[in-house]
Amino acid sequence: MNYRILYFASLRDVAGRDAESVDVDTHDARELYAQRQREYGFAISSDKLRVAINGEFAAWNRSLADGDEIAFLPPVSGG
Amino acid sequence: MTQFELSADSIDAASCARALADAGAGACVMFEGWVRNTNAGRAVHRLDYQAYGVLALKEGEAILADAQRTFPIIDARCVHRTGSLAIGDLAVWIGVSAAHRDAAFAACRFVIDEVKRRVPIWKNEHYADGESGWLHPDNTPVAT
Repeated sequence: MNYRILYFASLRDVAGRDAESVDVDTHDARELYAQRQREYGFAISSDKLRVAINGEFAAWNRSLADGDEIAFLPPVSGG
Repeated sequence: MTQFELSADSIDAASCARALADAGAGACVMFEGWVRNTNAGRAVHRLDYQAYGVLALKEGEAILADAQRTFPIIDARCVHRTGSLAIGDLAVWIGVSAAHRDAAFAACRFVIDEVKRRVPIWKNEHYADGESGWLHPDNTPVAT
């Protein structure tokens, strides 16, 4: 499966990039985050994040499809 | 009609306010969020806002639609800055028009509270000592 991953805020700083494409064999967003966490050493756990798929908030247990654009969203702090 | 906008340039509050004009409005409440020079006891030099644009616009519009459903108002609008801001800059502008003031005050408060809670925008504070850090909604630092 090929996914496009978007990074924001602290995750963007730690990863050193705002987006990337990955080829992985999972349909599970938590597993995808865990893989990225091992790659970059993100300290923030997935319990603290929301996930968005193709520009919409999504449940963590929603199955990912090839070509999806996935964003892992740290707690927001606008306003 | 509602409208949520992200702006990479400074917000012209007077221009935003004109869009609320309506012959049926007897009240207009506006909120301005400004960049403050301290947070949690630390001197703040400037800050950056980063947004997930496509989702921030959708969520912002959803909040304004929620306000329209919940309160008897005529219009609700919001503009939120992105990019680099200096102390005193206007970071977020919210305006609500209504026939009567109670609904306008309540809806304006609702919109700023929901924007802070739900819209995917992140604040990175740059401190006077040269450090910087992303913040949680309660203004505590994010562990990275």
